[in-house]
Amino acid sequence: MTILLDVADVSKLFPVGGGPGPLARFKRRFSGGPEKLPKVYAVDDVSFTINKGETVGLVGESGCGKSTLVRALTRLVDVSDGSIKLGTRELSLKPSRVFARDRDRARIQMVFQDAGESVNPRFTAFDAIADPLRRLRKMHGKALTERVETVASQCGLPLPFLSRYPHQLSGGQRARVGIARAIAVEPELLVLDEPTAALDVSVQVVILQLLQRLKKEFGMSYLFVSHDLSVVRLLCDRVLVMYLGKIVESGPAAEVFEHPLHPYTQALVAAVPRLHENGAGRLRLTGEPRSPIDPDPNVCRFYGRCPLSAAMCKTTMPKLRRFGPRQVACHFAEEFLLVPKA
Amino acid sequence: MTTAAPALSVEGLSVEFRTRSGIVRALDNVSFAVDKGETIALVGESGSGKSVTAYAAMGILDPAGKVTAGRAMLGGLDLLAAKPSQLADVRGREIAMIFQNPRTALNPIRTVGRQIADVLIRHGNVPRRDAPGHAVDMLRAVGITDPARRAKAYPFEMSGGMCQRVMIAIALAAKPSLLIADEPTTGLDVTTQAVIMDLVNDLAKEMGMATIFITHDLALAGQRSARIVVMHAGHVVENAPTEELFNHPRHPYTAELIAATPDSAASLDELASIPGSLPDLRRTDLPPCRYSERCPRKIDACAQPLPRSTSASGHMVACWNPMPERIAAAPTESAA
Amino acid sequence: MTDITATPQREGGVTALFRHARYVIAENPVTGFAFALFVLIVLAAVIGPDIVPYNPLTSDTAQAMKPPSAHHWFGTDQLGRDVFSRVIVATRLDFFIAVASVALVFLMGGLAGVAAGFFGGWTDRIVGRIADTIMAFPLFVLAMGIVAALGNTVQNIVLATAIVNFPLYARIARAEANVRREAGFVEAARLSGNSDWRILAFQILPNVFPIMVVQMSLTMGYAILNAAGLSFIGLGVRPPTPEWGIMVAEGAAFMVSGEWWNAFFPGLALMVAVFCFNLLGDGLRDMVDPRRRT
Repeated sequence: MTILLDVADVSKLFPVGGGPGPLARFKRRFSGGPEKLPKVYAVDDVSFTINKGETVGLVGESGCGKSTLVRALTRLVDVSDGSIKLGTRELSLKPSRVFARDRDRARIQMVFQDAGESVNPRFTAFDAIADPLRRLRKMHGKALTERVETVASQCGLPLPFLSRYPHQLSGGQRARVGIARAIAVEPELLVLDEPTAALDVSVQVVILQLLQRLKKEFGMSYLFVSHDLSVVRLLCDRVLVMYLGKIVESGPAAEVFEHPLHPYTQALVAAVPRLHENGAGRLRLTGEPRSPIDPDPNVCRFYGRCPLSAAMCKTTMPKLRRFGPRQVACHFAEEFLLVPKA
Repeated sequence: MTTAAPALSVEGLSVEFRTRSGIVRALDNVSFAVDKGETIALVGESGSGKSVTAYAAMGILDPAGKVTAGRAMLGGLDLLAAKPSQLADVRGREIAMIFQNPRTALNPIRTVGRQIADVLIRHGNVPRRDAPGHAVDMLRAVGITDPARRAKAYPFEMSGGMCQRVMIAIALAAKPSLLIADEPTTGLDVTTQAVIMDLVNDLAKEMGMATIFITHDLALAGQRSARIVVMHAGHVVENAPTEELFNHPRHPYTAELIAATPDSAASLDELASIPGSLPDLRRTDLPPCRYSERCPRKIDACAQPLPRSTSASGHMVACWNPMPERIAAAPTESAA
Repeated sequence: MTDITATPQREGGVTALFRHARYVIAENPVTGFAFALFVLIVLAAVIGPDIVPYNPLTSDTAQAMKPPSAHHWFGTDQLGRDVFSRVIVATRLDFFIAVASVALVFLMGGLAGVAAGFFGGWTDRIVGRIADTIMAFPLFVLAMGIVAALGNTVQNIVLATAIVNFPLYARIARAEANVRREAGFVEAARLSGNSDWRILAFQILPNVFPIMVVQMSLTMGYAILNAAGLSFIGLGVRPPTPEWGIMVAEGAAFMVSGEWWNAFFPGLALMVAVFCFNLLGDGLRDMVDPRRRT
């Protein structure tokens, strides 16, 4: 198992409300050292790896930082701290502003959630798929057309549809355009940000099976971001669970869902609607998440909302600990390990 | 099945929309009923007509839409034939609706407390003076902490989950006998979704209120409803108690829908997509069964007008060649 | 998201545009009328000077101040020049002023605006301050000042009009760019190897253009009025060049003595042109507004 992506201690902080204006910053230079500005810890000290050929799921709810993490990994945004290594290359060194022209740009690509939003409404499907080929592979003319048509066919998009505009395509067809565009430059790592969230369930099946097939055919690795645990369970080998900027649990997908070790994961799994189960009387999360602004580094992020919330949770931040193939950041992980599977 | 009159009975509802490219026959002869205090789900993919049904019943169809046939009986009143003044009285007092995007469904320039009070004054027979106090009580009832302070807040200051709670408070303020919830949890986190659905279920039970829950998520529908009505391309294709529907689906579309739901499969390869695609509802030559063109069980009889057969256990299916009764078409119950 | 709208349409962007245009015109005949009028004006501007019966500059004092007749449809002015010919020939100049002003302000304001909206930060602040400075002056006074300072030439009139309209275009462009800055397709473009400038030029600007087009047609009307106004007070085009504004100015003095045709016809032409451009703007907005589609 070779490691394709090695993410180590990545953090991304945002100044609250955009920060002070240039005049205030200018003044501050003369008034003594930089005083502490309130910051949102969108991603806080996250580390994980993705192996070649693996599909890793990333789950978490709104505000957990997965969007920010994904944008940092794909180099659309710079990290505040930490390293992102793709193979042997350290990606965090080059600023995101200029990464678009980097020679390794094609190695990580992304499929977006709403293909209707992520394709320029003035571009035809052909233009959309051709754009990365023109810019990153310098292709044009006949070679370009052939490549676009090949990729479109591989993604199940009938060739006549290439001359259509996004608003003339159905949801499933738009999704195929988004996928075709992303794989056209043969990336090693494909990040999928909720690619089927906007699709009907029957179309979702087709797209998921397509993604599975493409992965095997081209030997890509996937980072599959989703809020839909049922889908993640089917598609992913491993899953990472994020909460308020931190990874709280990780492990093989089936195991994490059947036997969640972290209280947050337990609540998440309990909340997922299942076909053959009644909804009432399950474990429920109450209250609102803690503030992501300047969080106390000694208090567990889940403290207060967690049904356990013990004294220790208030004084020591639980570290991500390894238990075989699983990792959990909870002081009480051992006790959950011992509980027999439900 | 009770013999008392249902809370809402939709009978033979047909709706058409005038569009630039032709007339869309959005609903064709839709019939179903909700008993008092019952929670049912209206399930279907996009284009099935489930939301149109609700909007037609509430009288808030898009101006391009027209009800061409049918009744929607709320007690003794036909909502589709009622005068606007009658409708205005009934809406809020007897029948209420909550929508998909909570923040946009709320008035952005009125505090949430005022919005609840508005309903109380208009429909709840609460004197103007007492309304703000009752509004705070409603906020507490829907689980908003510090309700007195929150009543003075504006929608943009609240999270999506909180806005949805406010919308529920507004809908239930005048204690209607029927609540229609149109995809109320789409866009919310799954943990928030669970809490909101718990809330709606609990309040409904407390108030003896009937609920029609519209969703595309079959698993979600199953968890929360006693009965499920499956719609396809403007038709009701099946109507059965939940467990019965999942374990013994009779309409081919229902079976395919279940087989396409991720939760029903142990691996990706087991998931089945639904063959074909929705027919174009603008066609004038639509077959009587709108699923027949993509149905693997199609027979010659399918060219005739749709039958509707209801079993003794209350399982209705509209099909000439339904799956046989009592066959375990569902996957075996998996652990956890 | 319904499949109802996803039926095969074998048409690309331009054919769809024509069909949509036909639909809008059918829905609102006034728009069709505006389009037809616009074509007429363009025709007058392009071939007018070649087909007019009289030379607009030739004076014939014997024929001075004659009322409209079979020989002179719009009568003659105080120097015996045919008013009709002058009005038609003036179309070219006024139309040129309109088009040039609009093109210039679109380039200046549009580019500055999208850059401000897209990059934010200092770019945004500087463009904002420039716009604020311009807006601090009453617009016509500012135009007067610019032309007075730089000289009475057509180029300066065009420049003055463009400067005066700069804040409006910059604001529209900035708002649009701001909205689209976070759009999915901008991120996708970055992933595809587009630098920020390429994204601005090829992704954002084409999306901003349709909205600007509506404003541009309205500005055309304004530009002509502005030029006419400046000429009226002597700061615009110099005689004997035929231009609607000067003609109204010169003819105004004769209104009192009953010789109405001198000022009336150029004034009418002004009115018709501005009216046409405004109607055009309305029609274009209907065409461009996505809510009117489907």
